[in-house]
Amino acid sequence: MSITEVSPRAAGRSQERERIVNDFSIQVATVNGSGSQTANLVLMRSIFQMGVPVSGKNLFPSNIQGLPTWFTIRASKYGYIGRKKEIDFLVAMNPETVREDVESLEAGAAVLYDEPLGADRFRSDLHFYPVPFDKLVAPVCPQPKLRKLVRNMIYDGALAWLLGIDLEEIRKALFKQFGPRKAKAAELNWGAVLAGAEYAEKHLTKTDPYRIERMDRTRGKIIIDGNTATALGAIFAGVTVVTWYPITPSSSLVESMMGYLKRYRTDPETGKATYAVLQAEDELAAIGMVIGAGWAGARAMTATAGPGISLMSEFVGLGYYAEIPAVIVDVQRVGPSTGLPTRTQQGDILSCAVLSHGDTKHPLLIPASPEECFTMMEEAFNLAEEFQTPVFVMTDLDLGMNSWMADPFPYSERPLRRGKVLTAEDLERLGGFARYRDADGTGVGWRTLPGTPHPAAAYFTRGSGHNELAQYSERPADYINNVDRLARKFESIRRAVPRPEVLIDDAASVGLIAYGTSKYATEESRDQLATEYGLRSSYLRLRAYPFTEELVDFLERHARVYVIEQNRDAQMMALMRMDLAPELAAKLRSVRYYGGLPIDARSITDEIVLQEGL
Amino acid sequence: MSTATAPPPKAPNLNRIGLEVSSYKGGKTTLCAGCGHNAISQRIIECFFEMGIPPWQVAKLSGIGCSSKSPAYFLSQAHGFNGVHGRASATATGAILANRHLITMVVTGDGDTASIGLGNFMHMLRRNVPCIYVIENNGVYGLTKGQFSATADIGSTLKTGETNELPPIDCCLLGIEMGASLVARSFSGDKNQVGAVLKAAIAHRGMSVIDIISPCTTFNDHDGSTKSYAYMKDHDAPLHAVDFVPYFEEIDIEMEAGEVREVVLHDGSRLRLRKLDRDYDPTDKLAAVRAIHDSYARGEVLTGILYIESARKTLIDHLNLVDEPLATLPESKARPGRAALEEIMEELR
Ligand SMILES: Cc1ncc(C[n+]2csc(CCOP(=O)(O)OP(=O)(O)O)c2C)c(N)n1
Ligand code: SF4
Ligand SMILES: [Mg+2]
Repeated sequence: MSITEVSPRAAGRSQERERIVNDFSIQVATVNGSGSQTANLVLMRSIFQMGVPVSGKNLFPSNIQGLPTWFTIRASKYGYIGRKKEIDFLVAMNPETVREDVESLEAGAAVLYDEPLGADRFRSDLHFYPVPFDKLVAPVCPQPKLRKLVRNMIYDGALAWLLGIDLEEIRKALFKQFGPRKAKAAELNWGAVLAGAEYAEKHLTKTDPYRIERMDRTRGKIIIDGNTATALGAIFAGVTVVTWYPITPSSSLVESMMGYLKRYRTDPETGKATYAVLQAEDELAAIGMVIGAGWAGARAMTATAGPGISLMSEFVGLGYYAEIPAVIVDVQRVGPSTGLPTRTQQGDILSCAVLSHGDTKHPLLIPASPEECFTMMEEAFNLAEEFQTPVFVMTDLDLGMNSWMADPFPYSERPLRRGKVLTAEDLERLGGFARYRDADGTGVGWRTLPGTPHPAAAYFTRGSGHNELAQYSERPADYINNVDRLARKFESIRRAVPRPEVLIDDAASVGLIAYGTSKYATEESRDQLATEYGLRSSYLRLRAYPFTEELVDFLERHARVYVIEQNRDAQMMALMRMDLAPELAAKLRSVRYYGGLPIDARSITDEIVLQEGL
Repeated sequence: MSTATAPPPKAPNLNRIGLEVSSYKGGKTTLCAGCGHNAISQRIIECFFEMGIPPWQVAKLSGIGCSSKSPAYFLSQAHGFNGVHGRASATATGAILANRHLITMVVTGDGDTASIGLGNFMHMLRRNVPCIYVIENNGVYGLTKGQFSATADIGSTLKTGETNELPPIDCCLLGIEMGASLVARSFSGDKNQVGAVLKAAIAHRGMSVIDIISPCTTFNDHDGSTKSYAYMKDHDAPLHAVDFVPYFEEIDIEMEAGEVREVVLHDGSRLRLRKLDRDYDPTDKLAAVRAIHDSYARGEVLTGILYIESARKTLIDHLNLVDEPLATLPESKARPGRAALEEIMEELR
C-alpha cells in the first residue's frame, strides 16, 4: 500500500497534496519497431540506479513493425515486481491506441502524450502533459532518418523532470545501454533527453502525485532477463552441445549464449571452441542431436517453446526409456503458433510432465527468478546425468524475455555430478557390466560412453525392449522389471529435486501455492489479503516436479489451499490430483489467470476473496 | 567379453591390430533368410576387420525398420543406438558433436531416409557431417510388411499387384546436390564393390552416402520389382571396377595410364577406379548427375563411386571444435572461472 504524505511544497493545491513516492507504474504505449525499447530500458535502469526496486515488462505483438506495443515499468519501494494491473502514468505515443489507452486509466492517473494526438480530448479526470515530440526532435537530430529512433528519448527527459529522476542517472543509464562503441549515438540521444527535460521544465506544470526519490534497495543488484540468466547457468554448468531451432520466446536464450560462449569458452591455447552450438533444421533434429550427444556423454541441451515441445515428444519418450540425459528449456508462451506467441503462459506443465507415449514422466525444474534460472541449469544437468533421463526447465516468456532486478549469481564451486559412467579401467577391473541393472537401489544403472577403449564397453541402446544386460527382449517379465525400475528411479528423483520455498503462518487456515513467475503476484496478493481483508495465509512455492513431502505437509496443515497458475485448465493442480491422496486433493482450490499478460496480484486477491466469501 | 585362453589348433587369422574376425561379429540376425541387409552386415564385419579398426572406436546408429535392426548383427563391441524412425541423422550428428573421434556409422532404410527422415537427411548432407551413412534400399517398408517406399521406381509393382506411379527419390542425387563429399551406389549382391566402397567411406573424412540396393526377399523380390535380385543381375551397370588400397599396404599393382583413375583418401588409402566401357571422373559433380540421369534413360542402375570431393570442410571444421571429445572435456575447460562470472555480473549492474 502506498504511503500518503502531505507535500509541503504543494500545500493548498488539492491535486498535489498527496505525494505517491516510489510506488506506481508507468506504461509506454508505442508502435512495434519504432525504437522505443532503448528509451524504455534507459528509463527503467535510471530508476534502478536511484535505488528503487523496479521491473520492466514488454507487451509486444507477434509482428516486426507497425502493431501496437506497450512497455510497463513498475517502481515499488516494497519490492513488488509483479505486474501491476492499474496503470498510474501513461506515455501515449501511438495514435492507433491512444483513445483506448487513455480510457482504460483510473481517475487521477497521469498522461504524457505526443501533442498532436490530443489525448486530453477523451477524459477530464486525468493529469495531462502534452509534448510536441516532432518539434523538439528536429533541432537536436539534424538527420531526418534518425529522428524516429531518437524521438522517444524525449519522453525520458520529460519524465525525468516530472517524476524527479536525476538527469545524471538517465545519462549514465543511456551510455551503459549504448556501450563504449556507440558513444556517438548515445550523445545524440542525450541531446533528445535534454530537449525533453528543458521543455517540461519550461512548459509543463506538475499536477500529479507520482515521484521517484532515492532509496537504497538496489545496491549490488543486476538487471537481466531470464533467458540470459539461463544461458549463463548452462555455460557455468559446463554445457558442451547446444542444438536449437528458433522460436519466440526461447531464441534469445541461445543467441545470448552464443555471445558468452565465444567470450568465455574459446580454448585460449588453440583458439578452438570447447562447445558446439548448432541451429538445427527443426525441433525433431534439435532434440535428436541432444539425445545423440547425451548418449555419447556430452552435457547437451536445447531450448524451445510449446510448438517445439510438441515436435520433441517422440524423442523425449525414447530418452526416458533408453535412459539418456538431456536438458530441455521450455520458455512457455501462449500456444499454438497462431495463438498469442508473444504472450506469456504456464501452459506446458502437464504436457511436459508426461510428454510422449507410454508410461513416461519427466522431472520439471521451475525457476521463478533469474538467480534460479542460473542455478537450476546446473541442477538440471546434474539431475539429467545422475538419473540418465531428460529434464525440463520450465520458464516462461515473462521471466525469459523481460528485464528483472536480481541478486548477482553465485559462483558454484561444487564439482559437476556426471553420474554413473564406467571407464575402460573400471571395466578392466569389473570384467563387464549390466547396463540396465539397478546399481544401488536408486534405480540407476551404470553406463559406458561410445569410444571407451575396452572390448566389454559396448552395449546396444534401444527403447524399452531389453533385459538388464541390454539384450533384445520382448518377455513380459523383462519389460515389467525394466519399467518398474524406471518408476523407482523417479522416486529417487523425487528425493533429489529442488525443494519448495515454504512460509508457514501458524494462524492461517488458508495456504497459497504458486510456481514460476506467479511468485511475485502471489506474494503481493498475500499482503493485500492480510492488510485489506485480514486474511492470513501460508505460502508454498513449488520449484520442481515430482512433488516432494513438503507439499503433503503443507496440505495437511491447511483447510483450503489455492493453487495459483497461469493457464486455463489448472494444469499443476491436475498433476497434484494425480499424485495426492484424495482427502488432501479435496482441499485444493484453483486460481487461474490466462489472458496472456503476466499475472497480477489484484486478480489473485479478488478471486480468493470471492472464493472465501469475504 | 570372454576370450578363449586355450591355444587353438590352427593359428587364428588375426588382423593388423591382432584381433580375430569374431571380434567384429554381432548378434545372430533375426532378418529373413536371403534378406540383402544380412549380406551388407557381413561386408561391414569384413571391412572393419580388414581395415584393422578397433571395434570400440565405432558408433552404430539407426532409425526404425528391418535395416535399422541390422546394427545389432555386426560389431557387438561397438556401441549401437536403434533410435526413432527416420532420425538417425540427428542422433548421429549429436554423437559426433559429443565425440569427434568416433567412427560413426548410420545404417538405415529407404523408408527411414527418403520419407519420414528426408528433411533431416538433407540437412545432414548439407553439413557434411563426418559419418558413413548406409541406406539399405529395398524400395519397400520391410518391417511394416511391404508398402511402397519413396525410392520405388515408376512402374514397379507390389506383390499385391499395386503399381507405383510416382517418381522415385534418388538419395545419391540428393547427396551430390546437397553436399555429401562421398556418394556411392552398390548392390548387396556385389561383394567386392560393397566392400571397396565401404572401405573408401571408412578412409574418407566427411559424409559418405552409400545407397545399397538390398532386396527384400519377403516383400519385394518378385517379377515387376526393380529392387529384386533378378532385376539387379540384369540391370546393374558398374561405372568402374573399384579397388581399395589401404594406407598400410604396399602398392603392388602397376597402373596402366588411361585405364585407372586413382583417388587419394584422407587417411592415405587409395581408391583405384578401373575403367570399364567408358571413362568416368568421380570428382566432376555435373558429370555425375548427368551419368545418373543417362542411366535412367538406359534402364540401368549405375553403381560405383559416383562422386567424391576429398577436401570439403566438415561440420567439425565449421564449428572449429577442440580436438578432445566434448563429452569428456575436463571441468577446467568446460566451466569458466569465478572471474568470468564476476566480470559478467559487473556489466549487468
Ligand atoms: C513415427 C513412426 N511412424 C511409423 C513407424 C512404423 N514403421 C516402422 S519401420 C517403418 C518403415 C521402415 O522402412 P525402411 O526404412 O525402408 O526399412 P526396411 O524395413 O525396409 O529395411 C515404419 C513406417 C514408426 N516406427 N515410427
Ligand atoms: S521383410 Fe524384407 S527387409 Fe525385412 S528382413 Fe525380411 S527380407 Fe529383409
Ligand atoms: Mg526399405
